[in-house]
Amino acid sequence: MNNEALILHEQTVHTKTNFGFWLYVMTDCILFASLFATYAALRGNTADGPSGQTLFDLPYVLAETLVLLTSSFTCGLAILATNRQHKTQAISWFAVTMVLGLSFLALEVNEFAHLAQIGAGWQRSGFLSAYFTLVGTHGLHIVVGLVWMTIMLYQLLQRGFTAGVRRRLSLLSIFWHFLDVIWIFIFSIVYLLGVLPS
Amino acid sequence: MNNFMQMIFGRLQLTEAFPREPVTAFAAVGMIMTGFLVIGALTYFKKWRWLWKEWLTTTNHKRIGVMYLAVAGIMLVRGLADALMMRTQQATSVGSAHGIVSTDTFQQVFSAHGTIMIFFVAMGFMFGLINLILPLQIGSRDVAFPFMNATSFWLFTGGMILVNVSLMLGGFSSAGWLAYPPLSESQYSPGVGVDYWIWSLQIAGIGSLLSGVNFLVTILKMRCPGMTLMKMPMFVWSVFGAMTLVVFAFPILTATLAMLALDRTFGTHFFTSGGGGNAMMYVNLIWAWGHPEVYILVLPAFGVFSEVVATFSRKRLFGYTSMVVAIWLIVLLSFTVWLHHFFTMGAGADVNAVFGIATMLISIPTGVKIFNWLFTMYRGRIRFTSPMIWFLGFVFLFTLGGVAGVLMAVPAIDFQVHNSLFLVAHFHTMIISGVLFGYFAGLTYWFPKVFGFRLSEKIGRYAAWCWIVGFVVAFTPLYILGLMGATRRLDHYSASLGWQPLFIVAGIGVGIICVGVGLQVLQLLVSIILRARQGKPLNDPWDGRTLEWATTSPPPVYNFAIIPTVTSRDEFWEQKQTKRRPAKPMYQPIMLPKNTPAGLLIGMLAMAAAFGFVWHMWWLVVIGALSAIIVLIAQSARDEQETELSVETIARIEAGEKYA
Repeated sequence: MNNEALILHEQTVHTKTNFGFWLYVMTDCILFASLFATYAALRGNTADGPSGQTLFDLPYVLAETLVLLTSSFTCGLAILATNRQHKTQAISWFAVTMVLGLSFLALEVNEFAHLAQIGAGWQRSGFLSAYFTLVGTHGLHIVVGLVWMTIMLYQLLQRGFTAGVRRRLSLLSIFWHFLDVIWIFIFSIVYLLGVLPS
Repeated sequence: MNNFMQMIFGRLQLTEAFPREPVTAFAAVGMIMTGFLVIGALTYFKKWRWLWKEWLTTTNHKRIGVMYLAVAGIMLVRGLADALMMRTQQATSVGSAHGIVSTDTFQQVFSAHGTIMIFFVAMGFMFGLINLILPLQIGSRDVAFPFMNATSFWLFTGGMILVNVSLMLGGFSSAGWLAYPPLSESQYSPGVGVDYWIWSLQIAGIGSLLSGVNFLVTILKMRCPGMTLMKMPMFVWSVFGAMTLVVFAFPILTATLAMLALDRTFGTHFFTSGGGGNAMMYVNLIWAWGHPEVYILVLPAFGVFSEVVATFSRKRLFGYTSMVVAIWLIVLLSFTVWLHHFFTMGAGADVNAVFGIATMLISIPTGVKIFNWLFTMYRGRIRFTSPMIWFLGFVFLFTLGGVAGVLMAVPAIDFQVHNSLFLVAHFHTMIISGVLFGYFAGLTYWFPKVFGFRLSEKIGRYAAWCWIVGFVVAFTPLYILGLMGATRRLDHYSASLGWQPLFIVAGIGVGIICVGVGLQVLQLLVSIILRARQGKPLNDPWDGRTLEWATTSPPPVYNFAIIPTVTSRDEFWEQKQTKRRPAKPMYQPIMLPKNTPAGLLIGMLAMAAAFGFVWHMWWLVVIGALSAIIVLIAQSARDEQETELSVETIARIEAGEKYA
C-alpha cells in the first residue's frame, strides 16, 4: 500500500472506532439508567434501617465530587498536550489525572467501609443494595479507567504518538468525561435528593 | 481438608451433582459420547490444524456466520427434544398416570426449552444470517470490528456450553425461562440451576450487545459508494432497526441479571420478598428488555421475507418507503408496551389502558408490512420455491397469531387468559412462524451464496409443509385448551377435565414438526452429496436483485475485488437489465483482518469465570476474569491487526485459483 492509501485507511479506522465507542458509551448510559431507575424505586425501602438522610455526609461527598471534576479537567489538559504531540506534558497531566482518580477511589472505599462498619452494608435493606450497586458500578468503571490509563502511559512511553496510541487516548478521555457526567447524576439524585426529608 | 476441598470446589460435591433422573442421565451420556465421537473423528482425520486455522481463530464474517448457524442448528435439536418431552408428559400424565419425568425435571425442561430456543436458536440463526449476508449486501469487505465479531460469537458459544453443562452437572433452573423472583431467589431456589441460567445469559447477552454495536457501525459507516440510506436493501434496514433495539435493550438485561446474581450470591435485597426488596421491579426490568427482544428477533426475519418475496416475484419490493417507516415505528413502539406482559400486576385501569392501546398500535406497522409483501406478489411472476412456501406459511399463521395478540392486548381479556396455554399458543405462533420460518427461508435462499450449491428443493418443500401442518396440529389444541382454563407449565392434571385428547393431538403435531426437522437434516446431507448437481447455476441461482449476488458464490475472502458503486436500489438487477459491465478491473491491495485466537480465549475464559460463579469457586472466577481481561488488553494493544493482500494474489484469486 502506498502512503496515501495508508493515511486514508487510518482515517476510516479512526471514524469507525470513534463512532463505535460513542455507541458503547450510550449502552453504558442505559446500564446506568437501569440502576438509577432501580435506586429510585427502592429509595424508600429502608426495611426499618437507616435512610439516606441519616447516612450521607454532604461535605465529604462534595470533596469527592471536586476531586473527580478536577481529574476531568486535567484529563482535558492531557488531551490538549497530546494534540500538540508534547510528550512530557501529556504524561504529566495523565499522571495527575491518575492520582486524582485514585484519591477519588480511596475516598469512596473509605465511605463504603464506614457504612459497612456502622451496620449499613448492602445486605441491610433494598435501599442500601441499590445505593451500593449504583455507586459501586461507577467506582468499578473508575477502576477500569485507571487500568486503561496505566496501559496507555506505558504505550505512550514505548511507542510515542503513533496513530493507534492517539486514537486510544482520545477514546480514553471520552470514557473519563462520561464517568464524570454519571457522577454528577449520582451526586444530585443519590446524595442531594437523599438528604432531603422524604 | 474439608475447608480446602470447599475452597477448590466451592459448593460442588461430586456425589450429588450428577443427574439421577434416567432421562437426564441418558441425555448427558449421549452428549458426552457425541463429544468423544467428534474429538475422535477430528483426530483420526487429522483435522485439528484445519479446524484451528480455518474456523476457531477466524475473524472472517462469513466463517463466523456459518459457525453461528451450526451452533443454532444443534441447539434447535436440543430445544426440540425438550418440546417433545413436554408434549409427551402432558399427553400421558393424567389422573393416576404420572408421565415420563418427575415434576422437578419437567420444570427444568420447560425452563431450558424457552431459554435455549430464544437465546441460542433464534438469536443464533439471526446473527448467523446477518454475519453472512449483511456485509455483502452493502458492498463491504467485512464488518467494522472483525475481532469483536469473533469475540461476540465465542461469548455466545460460551453461554451455550454452560447451559448444556448444567445438564450433566448440577441441573438447570426450574424457575421458567425468565426466572421471576421471589421464586428465583436463593430462598426458594437454593441450588445452582438459576445461577447457570443467569451466567449463561449474562455472557451470551454481552456477546449480543457487542454484535449490536458492531453491526450498527458497519451499516452506518461501511456502505459502498452510492448506497445512500434509501438505497439499502430491506434486509439491511431491518437489521439496522433490530440492532438499534439491541443496543437499547441489552444493557437492561445485563443490569437486571447482575442484580439477581447479587441477590443470590451476596445477599442484597433487590427482588427478595423481605428486606425492602421489590419483585415487581424485576418483572418490569426484564420485560423492558424482553419485549424489544421479540422485535429484535422478528425484524431481520421480516427483512429476509422482503428479499425473498421480491426475488421470487421478479418485482421490486412494493412500498419501500412505507416499509422503512414501518420498521422504525415498530422499533419505537416496542419500547412502550412492556407492561402488557403483566396486566395482572395490578397497576390500575388507566395504566393498563395506555399499554393496551400502545400494544394494539404495533399491529398497524406490522399490517403495513404484510400488505406490502402481498402487493409485491400481486401481478408478479411468482416462483413457488421453498423460501416462498415458508413465506406463505408465515403470512397465514403470523396473521392469525397477531390477531390473537391484539385480542390479548385488551386488559380485561388478558385477565382471563393470563398464563394460560392460549398465551403459550400465541407467542409460539409469533416466534415459530415469524422468526423461525423467516430464518429457514433465509437459510434456503442464501445457502448457495455461502456454499456454492443449492439445498435440495424437493426435500425442502416437504420439510416446510411438515413444519406448517405440524404447527397447526400442535398449537390449535393449545388455543382451545387455554380457553378451557389449562394453565401453562402443568406437569399433571385430573382426568375429569377431559383435556387429554387435545393434548394427544398437540403431541402428534410436535411429532410432525420432528419429521420436518428430520427432513431438513436429510436435505442438508443429500445436498452435500449431490453438490455437483446442486451447484448449477453457480453465482446467481435465483436471479437475484441485490449486491450480494454480484460477487461469486462462495465469495472470495475479501468479498469484492473492486468495491462496487451503486446507483439503484436493486443494483444487481439493474446491472443485469442494462447489461452494464464493470469497467476493466484495476486491483488495489486489500487489508484483511488477521486471524487471532483472542476471541476464542476470551469466550472460554468468560465461561470458566461464569462456571466459577455458579459453583462459588472464587479462584476460578478471579483467574478466568483476569486472564480474559489480559487477553483483551494484549489483543487491543497490537498495532498490526491486519495483513495486506497483494495485487498479484487478488488477480490469481479472481482468475479462479483457490486462496490458501
